[in-house]
Amino acid sequence: MELILSLGIGVLVGSGVWLLLRPRTFQVIIGLGLISYAVNLFIFSMGRLVADKPPVTQAGTRIDPAMLADPVPQALVLTAIVIGFATTALFLVILLATRGLTGTDHVDGREPD
Amino acid sequence: MNLVPEHLIIAPVLIPFIAGVVLLFFEDRARSVKAVVSICATVALLAVSVMLLRMAHTEEDSGRIAVYLLGNWPPPFAINLVLDRLSAMMLVLTALLALPSLVFSLARWHKAGVHFHTLFLLLLMGLNGAFLTGDLFNLFVFFEIMLAASYGLVLHGSGLLRVKAGLHYIAINLVASLLFLIGVALIYGVTGTLNMADLALRIPQISEANRIMLESGAAILGVAFLIKAGMWPLNFWLPATYAAAPAPSAAIFAIMSKVGIYVLLRLSLLFFGNTPDFPENMSLEILFYSGLATIGFGTAGVLASQTLGRFAGFSVLISSGTLLASLGLVHNGVTAGALFYLASSTLAISALFMLIELVERGQNMASNVLAVTMEAFGDYDEEMADEEIVGVAIPRTIAVLGTCFAACAILLAGLPPLSGFIAKFVILNALFNPDESGQAHLIPATSWWLLALLILSGLATLIAMSRSASARSGHRRSIPPCQEYC
Repeated sequence: MELILSLGIGVLVGSGVWLLLRPRTFQVIIGLGLISYAVNLFIFSMGRLVADKPPVTQAGTRIDPAMLADPVPQALVLTAIVIGFATTALFLVILLATRGLTGTDHVDGREPD
Repeated sequence: MNLVPEHLIIAPVLIPFIAGVVLLFFEDRARSVKAVVSICATVALLAVSVMLLRMAHTEEDSGRIAVYLLGNWPPPFAINLVLDRLSAMMLVLTALLALPSLVFSLARWHKAGVHFHTLFLLLLMGLNGAFLTGDLFNLFVFFEIMLAASYGLVLHGSGLLRVKAGLHYIAINLVASLLFLIGVALIYGVTGTLNMADLALRIPQISEANRIMLESGAAILGVAFLIKAGMWPLNFWLPATYAAAPAPSAAIFAIMSKVGIYVLLRLSLLFFGNTPDFPENMSLEILFYSGLATIGFGTAGVLASQTLGRFAGFSVLISSGTLLASLGLVHNGVTAGALFYLASSTLAISALFMLIELVERGQNMASNVLAVTMEAFGDYDEEMADEEIVGVAIPRTIAVLGTCFAACAILLAGLPPLSGFIAKFVILNALFNPDESGQAHLIPATSWWLLALLILSGLATLIAMSRSASARSGHRRSIPPCQEYC
């Protein structure tokens, strides 16, 4: 499980960074999206990878930390997803505004000669 | 009555938040209502900040640290706010910057686009939250609030230049935010806590095997803050963005680069202040040398910049570089001088951004004269005619602007008698007299480097400012004297 997850994160970050360095705004936003997926998975994995352990307990039951998954990274991921979603949406607006104002989708606002 | 001061700590976050959200319910046409509400909120913020500063400051040496537990959960689990003298000082500084920027925006800028006041107040909320929070993830959330509002403020007024600069600014800051998250996740993975005070207790007990994970987490986190602080070579976005942003936004952005420095100062001491290898830590050396490089880059930029906007942007870099290099030395006296320098230079740069806009407006006057001539030749441009009502440059205005400009120049260059000189003097005095004994001892080469760069950057600032001032007064001679019309 660890190997698959780390390979997945690695591939996502690798492709994301490559896309981020490309000259077209659409590539940049997809790259940012891929890296943010990878980061979310990474935060999630910091709570250790376990199976069949719920992060929340029912009221009244005896609490045994060994039987529970760490709930904090899951809460962090949720916040990170929401913030990432909002900022990506905002970036998309800027991207369209640049396209409209400059007439090109190059990140510098003009085609290289 | 004990209840009131305790809950006052959260007021710097709540006041701008509530005011900003309430303003969303008004149409943008209700500008006077919006202006009154946001001015009142900012004045209240200033009052609260000053009260908090008085609360945190005691006559004894150590000051008072107040902790506010949100929801009153027990300490390591609660999200907490921590007030000490440093955070209180930053709060006062933010409110002090916000008030003039807001008043300035009322003249014209708040009409240039929608929701200016809401964005501005949410930026203040993010700033205050970042200064107060005692929780690493909460810091991320407040950073994002601050950044999201700043994206709106950079683009306020729209236009090609702003959208182009905004695109780079947003892309870079989104990447920085992702680095921030990676750093936070690594630190949590090793220590199992996000509470800053708890982290300070747990970090010295980390096993040798986990140390490398922790340190790489802290390094990645540091890069995220250094991007915001504008460290060379992570700062090429900064002058362009600050120059493109509308004047009141740029004026409040002057403190945004200081947030990165504030967090670096706080976290580096908190996390690694208790570890055995602390003062000889490699990261501090990196901080010092990159600070020097930032001063050098800023100095070159100041001399090379053609427009005043970019000049102010590079001044931000000089100020950041000076602070980074001073913090990298980890010496009480130097840090004290650096904090004084922080307040002084932030206020000066903020004032400069607003002055520049007024001076450039005077420049528009020249082009307006041209527009009138063009009208006579039948080449009439509707847009330029609208600009004409903005202001008539009377000599008195020029005199006031010129005096303010000169004061800013003296502050930034660090000449007596203004505070810029005192700040640099305190830094240099502590540098060459580390134990305050006045005894002769060996001065390390690094101190000489910092001294040389500090003085050179001041000289470059002075040269650039007097050059632009004389270029502008020369320009004005070509405009017919205004009394003839008045």
